[in-house]
Amino acid sequence: MTEFTTWDILRNLLLAARWTVLLSVVSFIGGGIVGGLVLFARTARAVWLRRLAQGYIELFQGTPLLMQLFLAFFGLGLFGIDVPAWLAAGVALTLWTASFLAEIWRGCVEAIPKGQWEASSSLAMGYFQQMRHVILPQALRIAVPPTVGFSVQVVKGTSLTSIIGFVELSKAGTVVTNATFLPFTVYGFVALIYFALCWPLSKSSQILERKLNVAHRNH
Amino acid sequence: MTYQFDFGWMAEYWPVLLSGIRVTLELIAIGGVLGVALGIGCAWARALGPRWLRPVVSTYVELIRNTPFLIQLFFLFFGLPSLGINLSEFTAANLAMVINLGAYSCEIVRAGIQATPAGQYEAGASLAMIRFQVFRHVVLIPALQRIWPALSSQIVIVMLGSAVVSQIAAEDLTFAANFIQSRTFRAFEAYFVSTAIYLAMAILLRQMLRGVGYVLFPKKAVR
Repeated sequence: MTEFTTWDILRNLLLAARWTVLLSVVSFIGGGIVGGLVLFARTARAVWLRRLAQGYIELFQGTPLLMQLFLAFFGLGLFGIDVPAWLAAGVALTLWTASFLAEIWRGCVEAIPKGQWEASSSLAMGYFQQMRHVILPQALRIAVPPTVGFSVQVVKGTSLTSIIGFVELSKAGTVVTNATFLPFTVYGFVALIYFALCWPLSKSSQILERKLNVAHRNH
Repeated sequence: MTYQFDFGWMAEYWPVLLSGIRVTLELIAIGGVLGVALGIGCAWARALGPRWLRPVVSTYVELIRNTPFLIQLFFLFFGLPSLGINLSEFTAANLAMVINLGAYSCEIVRAGIQATPAGQYEAGASLAMIRFQVFRHVVLIPALQRIWPALSSQIVIVMLGSAVVSQIAAEDLTFAANFIQSRTFRAFEAYFVSTAIYLAMAILLRQMLRGVGYVLFPKKAVR
């Protein structure tokens, strides 16, 4: 039997962690774009658009991410596409992220006083002009801390993609465990690497919240 | 798309789904109650407890909140046996859920506790209440009332997250779906049905927790 040093284990895990980071970044950016569209629908004037966005959010927040991954993995295959795990993982995580970001941002948009809508409306601005020039610049300030905070959930969410066979940090943990029979050490390292990825994000979210709040009070 | 949907298996495998639903419900019932209890204990320790205990609890909370549930589960189920602690699938799954929910609810409850005005403590003390009585009657109950909606959504999130416990072969709803798809090769239909069941369970659980909120906190909190 081959002997594995601690460095062998750690090196392999770190190499796999690159895919965790890449998938997190891609889903977060993709989720941000889709989430922005859902936000516009969610705050639109047309009632049917709002309902549609609400249904989307309810659906993706009310079902397990794991099930969404399974459905993306097996569901896309029904269209005759051979779905690689990374594609299913990226699609499911993007849609899932979008539903949460849209809801977070909606809270921020709704926190803007109603008078701002009325004032800009009285200046004959259309919906998109109001959003672009009046609402979003103000909502953005309050949106930053919870958005950064949610990125932690995305990083942790990527661990589920190991179950449909995408080789990232968690999957590497399982593979290395099967080779070394050292689950305690390996999963300990895996947890520490996730912690090293997530903790700075959590911390900066807290710091941003404090900073932006102080600025808010000085208005 | 030439795929023919076939839900014919449902008649035969319905009992499998039902037993999966039962396990998922058991997991969240036990995990929810114990997790919130742990969270309240930790929130007390972190906000008002002895000084030496605070960093211990903070470390626990930060560690759990910044690592994936899947890894916590694997660590408990695969890692602990090398220390001589063997847990059954169900126990490991439930323990992981309690530990996970404990950390999140600690943060939520703590936010509620810290929103208590200082005058409330003084008012409690002036009524000759001891510290524990002040915490229980003056601080905790209004705090729980304030944060009940946030706590409810966290419980729902943990319930949905419990889909992962199928990975250590705890026989929950996802395990049932995996079982059915491996028998019938109807992967999409099996996951579609179980996803719908999860959605229904999430909606019902949310409504139930709202009802519990009305029962637990009938009076409006004095802020």
